[in-house]
Amino acid sequence: MPGKTYVQTNINGEHVDFLCEPRQSLLECLRDVIGLTGTKEGCNDGNCGACTVEMDGRIVTSCLVLGVEAEGKEITTIEGIADGSTLHPIQQSFLENAALQCGICTPGFIVASKSLLDQNPDPTEHEIRFWLANNLCRCTGYDKIIRAVQDAAVKMQEA
Amino acid sequence: MKWIDYATPHSVREAVDVLSEAGGRARVMAGGTDLLVALRAGVYDIDLVVDGKNIPELNEITYDPTNGLTLGAAVPCYKIYGNKAVATAYPGLIDAASLIGGTQIQGRASLGGNLCNATPSADTIPPMIALKGTANIAGPNGNRQVAIEDFCTGVRQNALGSDEILVSLHLPAPVANSGANYIRFIPRNEMDIAVAGAGVSVVLDNGDIKEARVSLASVAPTPLFVQEAGDAIAGKPANDETVRIASGIARDAARPITDMRGTIEFRQHLCEVLTRRALNTAIERAKENN
Amino acid sequence: MATTRDYEPNVVLSNQDYNVVGTRPLRPDGADKVTGRALYGADFAAAGLLSGSVLRSPHAHARIKSIDTSKAEALDGVRAVVTSADFPQGGEGPVVWQRDNVLASDKALYRGHAIAAVAAASPHIAEEAVSLIEVDYEVLTPVTDVQSSMKGDAPILHDSLMTDELGEKADKASNVASHFQHVKGDVKAGFKEADVVIEREFTTKTVHQGYIEPQAATALWNNDGRLHIWCSTQGSFAARDACARILDIPVSQIRVVPLEIGGGFGGKIDVYLEPVAALLSKKTGTPVKLVMSRADVLQGTGPTPGSYAKIKIGAKKDGTITAAHAYLAMEAGAYPGSPVGAGAMCVLAPYDLENALVDGYDVVVNKPKTAAYRAPGAPNAAFAGEQVIDEVAKAIGMDPIDFRMKNAAKEGTRQVHGPTFPRVGYEEVLEAMKSHPHYNAPLDGPNQGRGVAVGFWFNIGFDSACNIAVNADGTVTLQEGSTDIGGTRASIAMQAAEVLTLPYEKVHPTVVDTDTIGFTAVTGGSRTTFATGWAAYEAAQDVRTKMIDRAAQIWEVDADTIELEDAVFKSKSDPELSMTFAELAGQLGRSGGGITGTAAVSPSGVGGAFAGNIVDVEVDPETGKTEILRFTVVQDAGKAIHPSYVEGQMQGGAVQGIGWALNEEYYMSDSGTMDNVSLLDYRMPTSLDLPMIDTVIVEVANPGHPYGVRGVGEAPIIPPTPAIANAIENAIGTRLFALPMNPAAVAKAVMDK
Repeated sequence: MPGKTYVQTNINGEHVDFLCEPRQSLLECLRDVIGLTGTKEGCNDGNCGACTVEMDGRIVTSCLVLGVEAEGKEITTIEGIADGSTLHPIQQSFLENAALQCGICTPGFIVASKSLLDQNPDPTEHEIRFWLANNLCRCTGYDKIIRAVQDAAVKMQEA
Repeated sequence: MKWIDYATPHSVREAVDVLSEAGGRARVMAGGTDLLVALRAGVYDIDLVVDGKNIPELNEITYDPTNGLTLGAAVPCYKIYGNKAVATAYPGLIDAASLIGGTQIQGRASLGGNLCNATPSADTIPPMIALKGTANIAGPNGNRQVAIEDFCTGVRQNALGSDEILVSLHLPAPVANSGANYIRFIPRNEMDIAVAGAGVSVVLDNGDIKEARVSLASVAPTPLFVQEAGDAIAGKPANDETVRIASGIARDAARPITDMRGTIEFRQHLCEVLTRRALNTAIERAKENN
Repeated sequence: MATTRDYEPNVVLSNQDYNVVGTRPLRPDGADKVTGRALYGADFAAAGLLSGSVLRSPHAHARIKSIDTSKAEALDGVRAVVTSADFPQGGEGPVVWQRDNVLASDKALYRGHAIAAVAAASPHIAEEAVSLIEVDYEVLTPVTDVQSSMKGDAPILHDSLMTDELGEKADKASNVASHFQHVKGDVKAGFKEADVVIEREFTTKTVHQGYIEPQAATALWNNDGRLHIWCSTQGSFAARDACARILDIPVSQIRVVPLEIGGGFGGKIDVYLEPVAALLSKKTGTPVKLVMSRADVLQGTGPTPGSYAKIKIGAKKDGTITAAHAYLAMEAGAYPGSPVGAGAMCVLAPYDLENALVDGYDVVVNKPKTAAYRAPGAPNAAFAGEQVIDEVAKAIGMDPIDFRMKNAAKEGTRQVHGPTFPRVGYEEVLEAMKSHPHYNAPLDGPNQGRGVAVGFWFNIGFDSACNIAVNADGTVTLQEGSTDIGGTRASIAMQAAEVLTLPYEKVHPTVVDTDTIGFTAVTGGSRTTFATGWAAYEAAQDVRTKMIDRAAQIWEVDADTIELEDAVFKSKSDPELSMTFAELAGQLGRSGGGITGTAAVSPSGVGGAFAGNIVDVEVDPETGKTEILRFTVVQDAGKAIHPSYVEGQMQGGAVQGIGWALNEEYYMSDSGTMDNVSLLDYRMPTSLDLPMIDTVIVEVANPGHPYGVRGVGEAPIIPPTPAIANAIENAIGTRLFALPMNPAAVAKAVMDK
């Protein structure tokens, strides 16, 4: 019976180590092994973005990353976006702009939006839509999500 | 997914050894955005995934205006269009690299992986063909080069032996008065697989087309290099009538099937439209590039 | 793609202000949902949890001759395997169909039909075990579209299914489950009076609700015989009742705990995994979790029908519609029960007609059993009806909004299926459309076109319950049983706050399980803010009355001399007698005990909703690609309790309609396989495919509700497909009669012109 692999990684600023089978995706490891269930599975083939995390400064769909590939990486999940008990401006903006209805896509959108604003603090509407095209939402029609990101961009620049 | 083992070699030699030992029961993984989906669907029956991302040569980008571009097989798309020199020198390549999947996919997917995957719809293969790209392959018997247009041999079949690894891709240095473009047709604005795609390059000489190359995606079992389209317009003035000669030949050369992404008629029609539009853009770019 | 706006993109046309109702507070579950803390179906964990996997039929139509599970059972790590034989047997008709849909018994009726299930130590082992189950199928010829299935030579799905033909049962097996008719006046005579008569045929393909969260359920059949289920569901009581029926146990033996739900749109009302997880748990004695893959969702849940429609409308030159005939045939999927009935109620609803006839056909096909998808049946019918309306308006040279205004249904109009409209806001919707900056903006390029369309959904009421308890600090807790898909915790709490004259922040709502609240019908049917809100309203009135009685007791005055305003109880005659809600709350303990309020309602004053769309498109004639340039939704919400969440329903429904119009479909092979069984090729709109969706909320109060609420969730999905079809017709000069109007279809229409 083949054995598990020991992986050491950094998640949300903390050293984390875990055991997993090579066939387990990073998404599976986050949810089922480490217990961080904030990252969601919607399709398991990279098409919906619900499993978005940031890995070494780039957003990726964690369903298409193997858990063993997390070795030595710096990963940010939705659980690491807030600053302690203070919501990130993007999280606050999503709430104020009613940019979530069922909320299942929200963690993926927040991680992806934060990545956008980190790189491009003043994006146009088109740039926001292009950046977020890998994240599907079925509830909102995206309108309020785009407005929430625009709003957060303004607030973050004022800060 | 059924059980797989995972190896992460740190050199080309080590990778070749691992592949040789696996006897055809292994595949190399770069970004994993195609391979993992295929493994879960049972498309490949293997026991071992060999991660290429810790092999230095597979992760390097080297460019200079004399020698051209050497692109590691595992370099993700975002690093390619994020490289200013490469983006300026090869806009036709960047066209394709920046539209695969979405932002997250581009954080992982590589041109080497796109090539080895060898599906007819690969977006980055037609522009590499148009830009006269070659593949650098390493194996137990040494290194060899294969023209990109000869690399894919069938649907999901390529020229690699089971003990060989694609190390890098090479594009010659761009010449003056040249331009290239890749466009594809998809039903949405992102995220889709190409219904049809056209990657073209032209070199102009005093308002005439000195040389042209046309390559098509999604209209044959492999990416199609339509040599006759480029040959037919060499020496002709770079105008609409000339472009339509080439786009007509491209349409006639296409051998598409009808599937869930498009019908034969629609794909043939698109080949003409896309080739024409891509050639017009390539000509505009060539005019600006002197 | 961005449009510059010199107007307000989201407007509420309100003529009634309240203190809390109509404001836009933050939702109470917000912190959990933006931090990933909220627990959805697949997030549930428990000690000893096993993972399940389902074997699904590869054949669209087959007799199941035998199932051999021995190899699966022998696999290391497998703890139980179940088939339909593990269900209690017996019964007939709908009970059997529901049970068979969960695990097939004698026949597999669609590719993806669940056949067996495994519980194992890990999801990967369970998946491997499923592949070891051997099924002996006798493969039969499938039929997968409604028109083919209605023909005499179609393969028959159910030998015992005989057509209910206008109330009479036929005597031979058929795939047509029923044919009904609604008749008003005399359409034959009406068509004779018409100056213009247009008749067209339309087809639509199967589409899926497309919720991002796949179904997930965990079941524990406990040692004391009680069955606990944790799941994502639109109705914990509906799930409880369905499991009770399928497992043949009393409802009191089941407790359903609803977790957060990642989208439903009607598709998470029926149960798929819950009874299977229950059987597996019964065998293993541990909790068992089943989570669907995306392929399972597309192939094994309940999409909405493909359909065929024929619409004939006649009108006089002055714009009066003289007759309308709608023939609607809809696919029920593998078992009877398509939403053709609802479609029939809505297709002609916007029109005040003297002569109308609707024929409806419910037809089975070898596809997944259809389930509700947001105003089920109505979008299919509207794609057809609203296009013929558009064509008739053009033929007589009338503006499409004016034409609809001329024939507008209003209070007193008798609908074709019988009921008379109470006060409705349809004319107001049309007026808002006509005067909107969008309708009056010029188009500015070639191959651009503008289209309009309208739709109606009746909305439902049914049962809801609510409990409220007063805390000593003057806040209240509120328990209700409506799972919160789109912000209803807030809209329900707001109605209670309004009654109690408290600020919204002082009401703490929770969604509770089936052991903790009275029977509550589904979060669906556009009923939640209406009916559960009404339950909250009544429970709050109960608290208000009791608080006033307590103040009366404390002050030793008559209760009817006390009023509550701005969270202050005061005497109408003595200004000295005054205390805040919080002060009274603090005294409850020593003045007789705590105060709670309760209500169980099934309100009858349901108000229907009219919606309209204005859409501008640009078509690339060489590729057929249609770009949505601008989209405006106008809808009568009666009263928008929380306008942001009403806007959200309008925008979300519009975008589902856009996807339905332009790209979404089940691409079926000849063998009955859905080829495009992933979100790569089942193409839902991305953020890059859309502009902002502008909204106008019209408020024509529903006289039947304390705050005038009309359900809002479903009407938005009805007008988009015909509005876009009408826009494309204006852009390219050709009309499309089939959905989806994807680039290949549009390019072909341009070329065939």
